[in-house]
Amino acid sequence: MKTDTRIEQRFAKLKAEGRAALVTFVTAGDPNYATSLKIISGLPGAGADVIEIGMPFSDPMADGPPIQASGLRALKAGQNMKKTLQLVRDFRNSDSETPIVLMGYYNPIYVYGNERFLDDAVAAGVDGLIVVDVPPEADDELCIPALARGLNFIRLATPTTDDRRLPMVLQNTSGFVYYVSITGITGAAAPVATDVGRHVARIKQATDLPVAIGFGVRTPQQAKDLAAHGDGVVVGSALVNKIAASLDAAGNPTDSTVREVLQLVASLSGALKSA
Amino acid sequence: MTTSTAKSHDAKLNSYRTGPDDKGFFGLFGGRFVAETLMPLILELERAYEAAKADPSFQAEIDYLNLHYAGRPSPLYLAERMTNELGGAKIYFKRDELNHTGSHKINNCLGQILLARRMGKTRIIAETGAGQHGVAVATVCAKYGLPCEIYMGATDIERQAPNVARMMLLGAKLNSVTAGAGTLKDAMNEALRDWVTNVTDTYYLIGTAAGPHPYPAMVRDFQSIIGKETREQMIAAEGRLPDTIVACIGGGSNAIGLFHPFLDDKNTAIYGVEAGGHGLDVENGHAASMNGGTPGVLHGNRTYLLQNDDGQILEGHSISAGLDYPGVGPEHAWLKDTGRVTYVSITDKEALQALQFCTRMEGIIPALEPSHALAQVMKLAPTLPKDNLLVMNLCGRGDKDLFTVAKALGMKI
Repeated sequence: MKTDTRIEQRFAKLKAEGRAALVTFVTAGDPNYATSLKIISGLPGAGADVIEIGMPFSDPMADGPPIQASGLRALKAGQNMKKTLQLVRDFRNSDSETPIVLMGYYNPIYVYGNERFLDDAVAAGVDGLIVVDVPPEADDELCIPALARGLNFIRLATPTTDDRRLPMVLQNTSGFVYYVSITGITGAAAPVATDVGRHVARIKQATDLPVAIGFGVRTPQQAKDLAAHGDGVVVGSALVNKIAASLDAAGNPTDSTVREVLQLVASLSGALKSA
Repeated sequence: MTTSTAKSHDAKLNSYRTGPDDKGFFGLFGGRFVAETLMPLILELERAYEAAKADPSFQAEIDYLNLHYAGRPSPLYLAERMTNELGGAKIYFKRDELNHTGSHKINNCLGQILLARRMGKTRIIAETGAGQHGVAVATVCAKYGLPCEIYMGATDIERQAPNVARMMLLGAKLNSVTAGAGTLKDAMNEALRDWVTNVTDTYYLIGTAAGPHPYPAMVRDFQSIIGKETREQMIAAEGRLPDTIVACIGGGSNAIGLFHPFLDDKNTAIYGVEAGGHGLDVENGHAASMNGGTPGVLHGNRTYLLQNDDGQILEGHSISAGLDYPGVGPEHAWLKDTGRVTYVSITDKEALQALQFCTRMEGIIPALEPSHALAQVMKLAPTLPKDNLLVMNLCGRGDKDLFTVAKALGMKI
């Protein structure tokens, strides 16, 4: 098993620098393949430390309206799993250091074929996976084979993950722990920083892995407040909202699409660096 | 892969009635594929249901409500004119359309509302397609004074107006879902999003034998009253078990309720009838997930799904809102692969013809859902001998479908 993934290296480096990671989420192929590649390729320069790329799915049960809409835009523009893996390969042509995490739901992976998907993801330059609807009870299906190939398998911990359940959730988790800061869907109510601090402290007692905090983070100030409690902050809905707002009436990207997203990333990054 | 694994496994089985396993699987199918936020909740639900099952007072309360509130047992009725007209099997209807609220859905709702009360939950949410489940949920919530929110697709709200009015009258808050095609799948997504947000006080009352474990097994258990009564009633009427049983399948709750008590009766042939819509050869034009779909993972379980080769879920189509769902309960998926149940499909057109035939022959207006089962009976009965005892589950009444049927038949009302 490979132990030193790009994700692990990146969190170790940031820890040494004494700052939290900015983890950014956008959906592969939103609003189309070419624009999506431009956005993702621009993320490291704008200050993203870890890049999560959403694998679009028709029925994203844990996502709120912004990411639902983002996935549908991508699917409508012809995105599929093959093209998502291609997007990672294209990104890797210009960046061999920034960690890439593919995030999504199980069905598109299952239909692609678990083994084939994992092999192709490794070959494309993927470093980690977040699969929302595969709990630790089903680790044999995807998590264990992913770990065997040297991929990180990043698990979500939530406010409902109690102390009895936490060890099971952490058992095969690697890379980092994604703490879902609210009970709810992505892009919903803003988390309360003090509650988050208490829960993250609980997780940190149980693991040495870095903890990134996400769901409901919109503004640089929120990101800065939450960063104080963890090792990273995840921003997704706010970025795909920027994409949505920049499109023309026909839903096509405009000159401002890439710029708007990267500007928000830069201001989030600035806030974390000043924390 | 799927089929061979299931078959080699089942060759060793003595019974088809022991599933699911402790992780909620029926062979390859079922399981618990939900987000982490919901995992503790469904584990809590499983513990609560196991405790309730072991408590005789829980079953006693259900028995009381079935008798005095739902009007069970529902009759087993010999459809004499239809039998004579078709000239073959002796056709019985299991009259679950005579239950309180007009369908089999009340069987499950009574069980689950009692469980929700035992768990101390104070808010009920549910999805509905045809609105039959929504009405049954709103009914039991009214009876126990619990606030209730129903998620229903915008398309379904339009085609099932009578049930919408009933739910509102019963005090339910109706949430119109415009995502996707605005049908049952989309309503279920929204209900799951509600549950993931309201984790402490809310009970999700799923209406079909699908979703994450323990729902498929629990809903089946509550619906099995249909098959248990049928056994007793048929023995009382004819002195033996039926030779053939038939039910329609959307998610498959009425069907598994009828089938499950008969799964080990090897001489009883079992037919599940899927919605063939415009025909299985019409792309995205049907809702027959077993006859026209492939295995995948959706709404918490692995099962047969209508999907494209990238794993994106298709909307499907059926004239019947209650069958218009791109998945099916995992136990049916397993029963298909083991070969114990024969799953067939019936088109919109055939179902409409069967609805009219039944109405004229027996003076019973069936819902569009069991009209699919009736259409299969019309095909099957003439091929069977006169001493073949056939039971069809008439799981819902047709009042809710009058507008849809009138429109399809060009009637002006």
